[in-house]
Amino acid sequence: MAETTMTAAATAAARPGRLKEFWFYFRENRGAVIGLWFFAAFILVAIFAPLIAPHDPTQQFRDALLKPPFWEEGGSLTYPLGTDAVGRDMLSRLVHGSRYSFYVGIIVVTFAASGGIVIGLIAGFAPKWIDTIIMRVMDIVLAFPSLLLALVLVAILGPSLTNAMIAIAITYQPHYVRLTRASVLSERSKDYVTAARVVGASKSRLMFTTVLPNCLSPIIVQAALSFSTAILDAAALGFLGMGAQPPTPEWGTMLAEAREFILRAWWVVTWPGLAILITVLAINLMGDGLRDALDPKLKRS
Amino acid sequence: MLRYLLSRLLTFLPTFFGVTIISFSFIRLLPGDPIIVMAGERGVSAERYEELVQQFGFDQPLWRQYIDYLGGVIQGDLGQSFVTKKPVWDEFFALFPATLELSVCAMIFAVALGLPAGVIAAVNRGKLFDRTLMSTALVGYSMPIFWWALLLIIVFSGMLGLTPVSGRISLLYYFDNTTGFMLIDSLRSGQSGAFTSAVHHLVLPTIVLGTIPLAVIARQTRSAMLEVLSEDYIRTARAKGLAPFRVNGVHALRNALIPVVTVIGLSVGTLLAGAILTETIFSWPGIGKWMVDSIFRRDYPVVQGGLLLIAVMVMIVNLTVDLLYGFINPKIRKR
Repeated sequence: MAETTMTAAATAAARPGRLKEFWFYFRENRGAVIGLWFFAAFILVAIFAPLIAPHDPTQQFRDALLKPPFWEEGGSLTYPLGTDAVGRDMLSRLVHGSRYSFYVGIIVVTFAASGGIVIGLIAGFAPKWIDTIIMRVMDIVLAFPSLLLALVLVAILGPSLTNAMIAIAITYQPHYVRLTRASVLSERSKDYVTAARVVGASKSRLMFTTVLPNCLSPIIVQAALSFSTAILDAAALGFLGMGAQPPTPEWGTMLAEAREFILRAWWVVTWPGLAILITVLAINLMGDGLRDALDPKLKRS
Repeated sequence: MLRYLLSRLLTFLPTFFGVTIISFSFIRLLPGDPIIVMAGERGVSAERYEELVQQFGFDQPLWRQYIDYLGGVIQGDLGQSFVTKKPVWDEFFALFPATLELSVCAMIFAVALGLPAGVIAAVNRGKLFDRTLMSTALVGYSMPIFWWALLLIIVFSGMLGLTPVSGRISLLYYFDNTTGFMLIDSLRSGQSGAFTSAVHHLVLPTIVLGTIPLAVIARQTRSAMLEVLSEDYIRTARAKGLAPFRVNGVHALRNALIPVVTVIGLSVGTLLAGAILTETIFSWPGIGKWMVDSIFRRDYPVVQGGLLLIAVMVMIVNLTVDLLYGFINPKIRKR
């Protein structure tokens, strides 16, 4: 086995090939590529939001309340997608809203994944009793429906976008712990790990340098999927009034504010939800492609 | 089998205690004096304050408080609502049938459409139907259901005027809640139009709550069927000359059902999370709306009790699924 003598240098040398191989399989899935393009557009919009948005997202144009989109009667190109009940430009709010969703996705995934990976590695390497305790604690967190637990945590911490992100990250953590532990347990008994141990690698080196890189595939897929569920959950919390607070142009919060106008002005309700749907859909498409490209079982078929 | 049963039960108990610790800590984790926080702008008199300190046992040491709490929980005493003064346990079980009715309807909707859709997609793999269906399923899976609910209200209630927007039944009808299930009660009441009204109220919430499970079941059925369809015994069945419907519908589906049943069982937690949003939007008087309202009313004993009851319910369902799964599939028991 070539793996037995695998060093950091060899890993680095193998990387371009692996990336190419990954791209080869990823490209096969047309949906995933479309998802990737949409996701790239989403990131660009989030980064350049102030340049793209025609108006300030919180500025109220008092003479243009509930203006319809430009193609409807009474609409104008000044406010291409219409205005909301206090005369704020919908397009500008949507464009700025992408920043919050992106922020939520990044922060939640970073915290949930890094915490979950470390705990999962510990559970996989520690003596059995520590492993049992960790897994029981994770079972306890998983017994609560995630949105409910997030709601209750926000009730304790106080409603704000930051607290919503913390709450969501906590509810997602157990998934990463379980995933990491499962792959660690299957990798730990392999020859290359034994070899590294015999050579005298320290425990932390074994955990982070030897085993972790070989456990990453399912974690990357999970990260993509929880990026999208984080956006959905944060929007749901915003919608319930427990996430970002008005006048923040967060998509879920915008929907909550628009609720009372649903039968009078369809656009104030339609756009924010459509923005959430398209973003989440693009990420899920990408996630499917990632799974196909990273899962060796499906590659052969 | 007995050993498997025991080992599953043994992991159930520590989780149960953990869940009680979490719900116990909830009120004590609130920043500031929990009684003052709960009273909010209403304020609280000195006598009432003393009374509440006694009631929650805040004058006792923490371990004592927990033992008392646990003792109460085991006897079904979850404290009383801060607002209505009614026992939390009674409130929960008065509202639970509404949530159960909605969830069961949503699940029937999801299974009735998702299972055949997944089978047909798998049999026609790669064809137009398969691709259309799977794209639709992915859209459903990515759907922010609170927005989906608003869209359906705009179209079906606003534009077409077909369905009501909130509640479980029209105010014209009144009868006793003997079972708590509106569909059954309205039938039993014998009032003409009551049942139709109940069905009309149920349609939109059912679709909204059932959308994500529908997408998940369709996807899962398709992939399970694809795996089974490549097995030797399916080729044998085909070679014997059995009708395609018999091969796909009976031989293959039966074996593909195991993972699908697991997914259905495990989506109970997701269903409850969805019920929180669905019930809030449609003013459906179930436990999801009750929890959200209680959080906003700072009725924390209710939140604490509801949290515990919901978690225990999810745990019992998961345990049942696990046991059933071990029963169907002997391989699992050996682990």
